[in-house]
Amino acid sequence: MAGNMRPQVIQLYKTLLHLGKDYPKGYDYFRGKLKAAFLKNKDVRDEKEIELLLGRGQYIVKELEALYMLKKYRTLKRRYYPN
Amino acid sequence: MASLRVLVGCKRVIDYAVKIRVKPDKSGVVTEGVKHSMNPFDEIAVEEAIRMKEKKLASEVIAFSCGPTASQETLRTAMAMGADRSIHVEVDANQAEIIQPIHIAKLLSKIAQEEKADIVMVGKQAIDDDCNQTAQMTAALLDWPQATFASKLEPAEGGLKVTREIDGGLETIQVKTPTVISSDLRLNEPRYATLPNIMKAKKKPLAKKKPEDYGVEIKAHQEIKKVEDPPTREAGQKLETVEELVTKLKDGGFI
Repeated sequence: MAGNMRPQVIQLYKTLLHLGKDYPKGYDYFRGKLKAAFLKNKDVRDEKEIELLLGRGQYIVKELEALYMLKKYRTLKRRYYPN
Repeated sequence: MASLRVLVGCKRVIDYAVKIRVKPDKSGVVTEGVKHSMNPFDEIAVEEAIRMKEKKLASEVIAFSCGPTASQETLRTAMAMGADRSIHVEVDANQAEIIQPIHIAKLLSKIAQEEKADIVMVGKQAIDDDCNQTAQMTAALLDWPQATFASKLEPAEGGLKVTREIDGGLETIQVKTPTVISSDLRLNEPRYATLPNIMKAKKKPLAKKKPEDYGVEIKAHQEIKKVEDPPTREAGQKLETVEELVTKLKDGGFI
């Protein structure tokens, strides 16, 4: 791997793991999937391609945050606002 | 108008996504080994305070929580979201069970005076006991105006213009600062406490206090008789013919 991108990849992995703790299907399920997704691309060497993959990871981070926010909002709305 | 100091109350409650189980002896609900997090309505209050700071309306955001040692996690979350510092009033597990909004209101009003807060912000209610009293009581104790169920806050001359969610519509009121505000669900969309921010929050100051430091005595004003599960819905039945349905309805006394 292009050595200088390694910290970024690890950071992304850690961020996603942290987000996985709240995953509706459970942390273990999420961690398995996450690890598989990273392992799938472990042989990627091209910097441009890694950049692209990092971008996709960031997109997933945003999506997860939005998912949790909406899930919480909808649960509360259902519980406290009957209409 | 600038440099308001905001005091935000945040309660540690059982996470909204957890299935609540009642203790076999009906004395309460099972809390051991259950995931806890910040009360979602308090999260909204914290978010609003931070947004005020980002808009340069507020100068400092102080998070407050009263509860067992674990409540500090909740305060760390508040600081990871953006609160500057926090105050933890620690009580032991037995006391934590008898805490009522009146105790929190007394603590909040004392701290608000001590910290010279201009705005006390809390969630409208906690998702565990659903009391919806803390903001109102705090306002009464401080003799400050209150704006409960806020769904929009705007700065106004000498105070705030608040849109409130009331039955069947919205009400817009103007309050002078200092004031007490309680947040409703639609006030904002709270941000997620990111990992780097949680790390940074560990360095933010957290003051540990006791209820006695504020001259508040935690004693039970009421006794919990029993806690029960909500009734479960009875299973339905599939019927083959219209006649059967009519008979069933007649038996049930519906027609």
